[in-house]
Formats: sequence, C-alpha cells, structure tokens
Amino acid sequence: MFGFSRPQAIAFLVMVVLVAGAPFVLYPVFLMKVLCFALFACAFNLLIGYVGLLSFGHAAYFGMGGYVAGYAAKAWGFTPELAILAGTIAGGLLGTVFGWLAIRRQGIYFAMITLALGQMAYFFCLQAPFTGGEDGIQQIPRGKLFGLFSLQSDLAMYAVVAVLFLFGFLLVHRVVHSPFGQILKAIRENEPRATSLGYRTDSYKLAAFIISCALAGLAGGTKSLVFGIATLTDVHNAMSGEVVLMTLLGGLGTIFGPVMGALIATAMENYLAQAGAWVTVIQGVIFIACVIAFRKGVIGVIADKLKIHL
Amino acid sequence: MTLSRRSLIGTAAAGATLPLAGHSARAQATGTIKIGLLNDQSGPYRDTGGTSSVAAVQMAVDEFASKGFKVEVISADHQNKPDLGAQLASQWFDRDGVDVIMDVPTSSVGLAVAGVAKARNKLHLNIGSASAELTNGACAPSVIHYIYDTYMLAKSTGGATVKAGGDSWYFITADYAFGKQLQSDTTAMVLASGGKVTGSVAYPFPGTTDYSSFLLQAQSSGAKVLGLANAGGDTVNSVKQAKEFGITMRIATMLMFITDVHALGLDVAQGLTLTESFYWDMNDKTRAFTKRFVPRSPNNYPNMIHAGNYSAALHFLKAVTDMGVPAAKASGSAIADRMKAMPVVDECFQGSIRKDGRGMFPAYLFQVKKPSESKAKWDYYNLLQTTSGEDAYKPLSQSTCYFLKS
Amino acid sequence: MFMILGYPAPLMFGQLLLGLINGAFYALLSLGLAVIFGMLNIVNFAHGALFMLGAFVAWGLLNFLGINYWAALILAPLVVGAFGVVLEKAFISRLYKLDHLYGLLLTFGLALVIEGLARNEFGSSGVPYPIPSILQGAANLGFMFMPIYRGWVVLASAIMCLITWLVIEKTSIGATLRAATENAPLVQAFGINVPRMITLTYAGGVALAAFAGVLAAPIYSVNPNMGANFIITVFAVVVIGGMGSILGSIVTGFGLGVIEGLTKVFYPQGSSVVIFVVMVIVLLVRPAGLFGKGA
Repeated sequence: MFGFSRPQAIAFLVMVVLVAGAPFVLYPVFLMKVLCFALFACAFNLLIGYVGLLSFGHAAYFGMGGYVAGYAAKAWGFTPELAILAGTIAGGLLGTVFGWLAIRRQGIYFAMITLALGQMAYFFCLQAPFTGGEDGIQQIPRGKLFGLFSLQSDLAMYAVVAVLFLFGFLLVHRVVHSPFGQILKAIRENEPRATSLGYRTDSYKLAAFIISCALAGLAGGTKSLVFGIATLTDVHNAMSGEVVLMTLLGGLGTIFGPVMGALIATAMENYLAQAGAWVTVIQGVIFIACVIAFRKGVIGVIADKLKIHL
Repeated sequence: MTLSRRSLIGTAAAGATLPLAGHSARAQATGTIKIGLLNDQSGPYRDTGGTSSVAAVQMAVDEFASKGFKVEVISADHQNKPDLGAQLASQWFDRDGVDVIMDVPTSSVGLAVAGVAKARNKLHLNIGSASAELTNGACAPSVIHYIYDTYMLAKSTGGATVKAGGDSWYFITADYAFGKQLQSDTTAMVLASGGKVTGSVAYPFPGTTDYSSFLLQAQSSGAKVLGLANAGGDTVNSVKQAKEFGITMRIATMLMFITDVHALGLDVAQGLTLTESFYWDMNDKTRAFTKRFVPRSPNNYPNMIHAGNYSAALHFLKAVTDMGVPAAKASGSAIADRMKAMPVVDECFQGSIRKDGRGMFPAYLFQVKKPSESKAKWDYYNLLQTTSGEDAYKPLSQSTCYFLKS
Repeated sequence: MFMILGYPAPLMFGQLLLGLINGAFYALLSLGLAVIFGMLNIVNFAHGALFMLGAFVAWGLLNFLGINYWAALILAPLVVGAFGVVLEKAFISRLYKLDHLYGLLLTFGLALVIEGLARNEFGSSGVPYPIPSILQGAANLGFMFMPIYRGWVVLASAIMCLITWLVIEKTSIGATLRAATENAPLVQAFGINVPRMITLTYAGGVALAAFAGVLAAPIYSVNPNMGANFIITVFAVVVIGGMGSILGSIVTGFGLGVIEGLTKVFYPQGSSVVIFVVMVIVLLVRPAGLFGKGA
C-alpha cells in the first residue's frame, strides 16, 4: 500500500504509534509545533529531494497559509477545517503564480528567483492591512471542528494536527511513488532526456511545485490555529532557511528525514532558548557540523547502516 | 532565603530537560513561587533587556527578605519569534508551574504571551514592549504593562518639545506597527499642543542601514524638529548620519535608552531629547540601586527596562506576601488586582498600577549632555521636564480595554 | 526652482548622489562575493559577518592600540584576510566538489557563529567609531550638503573596484587564476600550487569585505548585525550582475544603489523590495544575469 517497502512500512507504523502516544508523555503544544514543521519539511523535501529544485523562499507559502487561515478563523468566523483549507488554497495559489515564474530557471538561478519572490511575499505581508504588520494576527480562535467539537483542549487540537500530518505525509509518499513521481525523478536525473522522451517537463515541475506549496500552506494554516497567532516570523527568509536546515538534518530525499529533522530543529530551538545568549552560536556550530560531517542527515546515516531505504 | 548564581543556573538547566507532561505541579506543591523571564538574549534587543534584566530580577529576589516561601527564577531567550514565545509561555504555565512571566520585549511576542496568560488566567508583567495595545485592545485582567508605552513616549517627548518651541515636525518612521503607532500618537500630541506636522517618510524595517536620503527629505521640509519613530540600531544609525549630514533640526528620538546613548557616544548623541521613566543618577535611591546592580551586570548601567524588571519583581513578591502563596498561585487576575491595590514604592519607581493594568509612573524628558558636561562614567542626561503618571498615560476615558466597561 | 517628476531638482540630484554612495558599498561588497563565487564556486554567506568583523577590528585597533583609521584601512583587511585563510583551510576547502547548497549552508553557519560570538563580546547596541578628522565636515554642492567622508567612500571604493578588476582581468596572476577555475589539474601541471592560490583568493575576497567594513565604521552603527542587514541585498546585486562576473557586480552595485535611491523618494517603503523586483525581472529576461555567461 502507498508503495512502501517492507522496512518503510515498519518505520511508518512505528511513527504512527509514536505520534499517537507522544502527547501522553511530552508536552502537546511542543509536539504540535514539531508536526506542523514536519509537514512543512515534507512538502519542501518533495521539491528538493525528488525533483531536485531548491526553493529558497518556501516560507512565503507557509506564512501566507498561516495568515489566510488565521484571518479566516478570526475575522470571518470560519470553522477550523475551513480555515485550514483556505490556508492550503492560499499556499497553492501563491505557489501557482510564483512557480509559473520560477520553473523557467534551473539550479542556483531557480533558488535565487524563489528567494526574490519570497522577499516580495514578505514585503506584501508587511504592508497588507489584514496581516496586522509587525504585531501579526493575534488571538486567533481554534474554534469548533465542523462546528461541533471544541478544539480548545490541547489534546483535541493535537488529534487534528496528527491526522493532518499523517495525511500530508502519505500524500507526499504517494506522489513520489506514482508514475507521476517517477517522471519527476527522471527530470531530476536528466531533464533533457525526459524532454526528449516527450514529457512536458515544465508542467510536471509546476505541478510538483504547486503540491508542495499547498502542503506548506496547510502546515502554516494549522500552525496559526495551534498557537493562535500568525506573524511575520513565518514568512521571513530565516524560516525558508530553517526548513532547508530541517530537511538537511534529517536527510535529503528520504521520506522520514524531514520528520526527524523537524523534531531535532524544533527541540533545539526550544532547549537552546534556555541557553540564552549562546543560541545563535550553537545553531551555527550545528550547521557547520552537519555540512562537514553528516551530509546525509540522521535518517540517511541510519538507512546506510541498515542498508535500506527510509 | 537567597539564591546563589549557581543554583539559578541549575534551575535553568533543570528547565531544559525534556518537556515531560507528568512532572507538572511539583513546584506548586512545595509552595515555591516561580518567576519566568522571557526576553531577547541573542538578538538586536539584547542590550536593552537581555541578561541584565535577568540579573535585575534575581537581585530583587535576593534582596527580598524571606517571607516563608521560596522564589525561583528561570529565563529563556525568545529569539524575537512570537511562536516560540507563545510556546515557551504556555509550557511554563502548563507544565513547569511558572506563576508569572516577566519582561518580554518586542511587541509581537509581548502580545502573543499576553494572549497565553489571558487564556489561562496567569500573571504577565510586561516591561520590555512598547505597544499601548497591551492595556487597550489586547488588555487582560491578569496583564500589567509596567513602565512605558508608545502613548507616554509621544506625550512626553512630543508635547514637551512643542512647548519648548519645536512646533513643526517631520517624521522618519520605521515601517512597522511600533513605528507607525509611535508616529500617529506623537502626531496627535503635537497637533494637540498647537504644533504642526509637515511630513513623514516610512522606511523599510528591518534591513535599512542608510538614512541619508530620508534625512535630506526631512531637512528640505523646513520643519524644526526631526522625530525618529524607530528604535535600537536604527535610531543609532539615523542619529549618527544626521550628524554627518549636518542636519540642523532638533532631533527627538522617540524611543531611546541610556544603553543606546552609550553606544552612540556623547560626541554624536549630545543634544538629543528622549524620554525614559528611570535614570540611574536621579537621586540617592537610584544611585544606591545602581551601585548594587552594576556588579551583577558589569557591562552596562541600568536603563528603565532593567530598573523596571527589578521594581516589578519586588512589587509582585510584596503582593504575594500580602495575599499568601496559595491564593497568589490560584489566580493571575487576583494577584494582579492585589498589585493594583498596593502603591509601588521602591528605590527605582514610586507610583501605582491602574485598573486596566497600566503602570502609572512619571515620565522624564531628558536631554543628552555635551561631552564637556559629563563628569563621570554614564553621566549622560540633563532632566528637562517631568510629566506625572496621570498626565503621561492615555486617560481611562479613552481606553478601549474591554473589562473596564463591566 | 525647476522640477523633475514633480520633485524639486536639487532634491533629486541629492538622491542620485546618495544612491551612488550606497552603490559604492554594494559594489565593493558584491565584488568580494563575485570573486569568491567566480573562482571557488562558493556562495559566501559569511561575507556580511566578515564585513562586520572588519569594522570591529578597526574599532579594536583604535581603542586598544591607538592605531588610527588610515592604518586600519590596511591592517583590518589583512587581519580578516588571515582569518579567511583559516576558514578556507579548516572548512570551505572540504566542499569544492559538492553542490552549491552545502557551501551556502556552511558559510551561513559560520556567519551565525561569528555574529553570535560578537554579540556576546560586544553586546548588540554597537560601539562608536569617529570619522577621521581630516575627512570631517561637508561641502556645499549647491543642491545638497555633501559630507566629505561620503565622497571619500565613493572614491576609495571606485579605486578598489578598479584595482581588483585590473588584477583579475589584465595581469598574469589573474589569468592563471581564471585558468585554474576552468581546469585546475592542467594549471597544476604547469607547476602552480592551485590549492594555495584558491586559499589566497578567498582571503582576498574577504579582505575586500573587511575593507568595506572599515569604510562603513564611521557612518553606520558598528554592531554585530551590521553585516546581516546588507548580505541579502548584496547577494541580489551579485545575482543580477551575473554570478561570478566582476564587471557585472561593479556596474550593478552602483546601478542598484541609484535605483534604490530613487525609490526612497517615490515609494520609500518599497526601497528594500525594489531590488528583488529587479532581480526577478532580470532573471526572467536574462537567465544568467546582466553580465553572466550562459545559464
């Protein structure tokens, strides 16, 4: 099912059990943040890991999803599922426009054009009245799921976040292992050959880009409901950098890597907060260590040791 | 009881273990009061609050004679991320038994933490943020905004400057919520005092380092006063460049701390007017406070945020003593009400807290000394004018705080 | 008084001139980035941090050793250049065969460490650095009041750009360097120590950043974030000019300074984003940037 190999299926089951059991051991708000970022990183990994496109402005879709979902929930009184859906659509639409522009370029130029578009999205969010500028949208209500179940308790919210995360995770996996995903990989390996085989590679790349952006919007929208805030931090280029870090930490092009990376990065941010003044220095050292010594990421290294694909 | 520096570090380290859901109410059972201090310790606002604020709170705790309960202080760096601030705040309240969260500069983070405190009926003493929203649209019965806000800065610096003859203004404004609010509040104050505003320019925030273009636009407007509605490094840069370009206008820095003046040096900073609600060299009491504070924070003298953290922690502990630990822990709004009912009297601040949570302390308009006038280290300010707390803050009749109406 | 587009002419001339001055900084900083990218294929995200380091070294020389501005203008780039040698040997040299991504992430990590340490040491509000006495004061140009120091900045930066361009494009050292980037084994076969040459190129690139840092110290706040504010813009300049093109980054640096300066008059809020708008347009029309060769 879903194209899992045997080790992957086992790993997936372990992950599901962990996701289900974790809130009884660890603090749920922290876990929800991990899951939101994990979903964001999975979306990003779809591009970098399977199409070979490095998007350097992915915070735009994540943050825009957050703003739209937050605004819909707060100002229009949308129920949470509709608010999150609105955030997803916003991410997808923005991705359609930006992607249409960006996929005309390759390699480092693709990265640069997405960076520039990301900066423009940031500028828009800073200026647009509905985002509340620097203060952001504050006190967004979690509301009632389908108008029935209150999400006020952290465990109820956690259940929703967990389901959305697993949905997104499986979707990415399904896309990668579909015939469509095979063509994406062919493009990554050798784009001219894919073109000469008769594939309209731009359309495939754009489709992958839109899926990734919509999932990023889903993650961002969910996060804004979890915390009740949507602010500029989520559209800032530092967030674009962070998602690259997460994916790299966990392992580029592995299915479980982004999840592990998001867990490590969020835990780091959380615990380093108590290290006070040393936060940036420690983060920098970890970056350097990753690039010099662990380029395959945590999951990549484990998979190599066990000689399996994860 | 006293807490050594080492045990403070130990506490912080203990707080850094995995966020287990199980060990929540341990602190509550032993009758320990736990203060959580959340601010910027590694970013641009590090020097205005940062570890010096932690030292100030620790000093208040150390000096507070034992009243039969223990006090612990933990701190964290919110890295100016509202989501991290909100998450740490809820984790501290829900899991770690923290009773009050203090400081929290950067308005977006301050507002997020206030929201978390409000939802849980926990106490939040905001010292570092400037946004007047904290006692208006985003007010809460358990939130107190202690020593300054944008309205008071505008009133003191804006109103007094007009009286002193600076009646036409041009603004250079950081293009974000804080800058815009500062500009609109000051504009209202300038107009009300009979002055006029000839124009303004908003520059992109953050990321602007060169202000010469805006300075020339200001100069060519013909206004007498240049209002700088920005903060931190932006203010430092704009003042430095105003001097370089020979800007002859009187410069009113709408938010500036003594730590910024120190960074500029008196050569460049002389003649600036600014508002703080505390100056270390004000009287014997403030000097005595400073003498004890400086060994704990060797790189800088206290600004109003450091002194405000000290005073707020002390006032909080007095209120806890007054009502007893169990009652203080039970309800954030109850302890806030008790703090509002008691006058604030300590070495740094004398005044009260209004029912909307607004700290009511005098605002001082200072002018930065010439290098020749400065006799000692950190001898930087001449007092120009004092605005009483009642006059400095937005009257209750104009407040948009929801719970005042009930 | 005659008007340009509804604004008084003196104001517009003033803004154009200020744009050129900012452009001088962009050109100098992007020049170093372009040299490093062109020769080493590394996107040096630590450039802003090294620019900041240059300013702090100048401050340290003045405050602890009493060494003045003019000497610092030479010493600070040497100190930071030497530091660059260490960075290149210890970290960057391990990445030449890998994707751009890794070089970018590594140097980003280096920037975090350098800036974090500087903040712990010097605080975040910065330190004062005076304008050297003979460059104080200003000249009245009729349409504006021009600080002499800013004039010096443009002059110094233009000279430095010219020297760098001449060295790389017109001397035999430059020719060898360019040959080494095309085909390192071949150049090595001629008995030239290519790794050392690459190390020195990196040192040269960061020395340029430090030089810009010393130039900036008297006019910008010398604080640990000063480089981070510049780096993204400078990055954009390099991309627009064509990555690795020396001439491209010089011309684009000055050009974008002017465009930004004009935006500050017409739509000040947009003056930071205008560069990215230009960048998107340029990349869509000319994939390799204005002066780049092939995509």
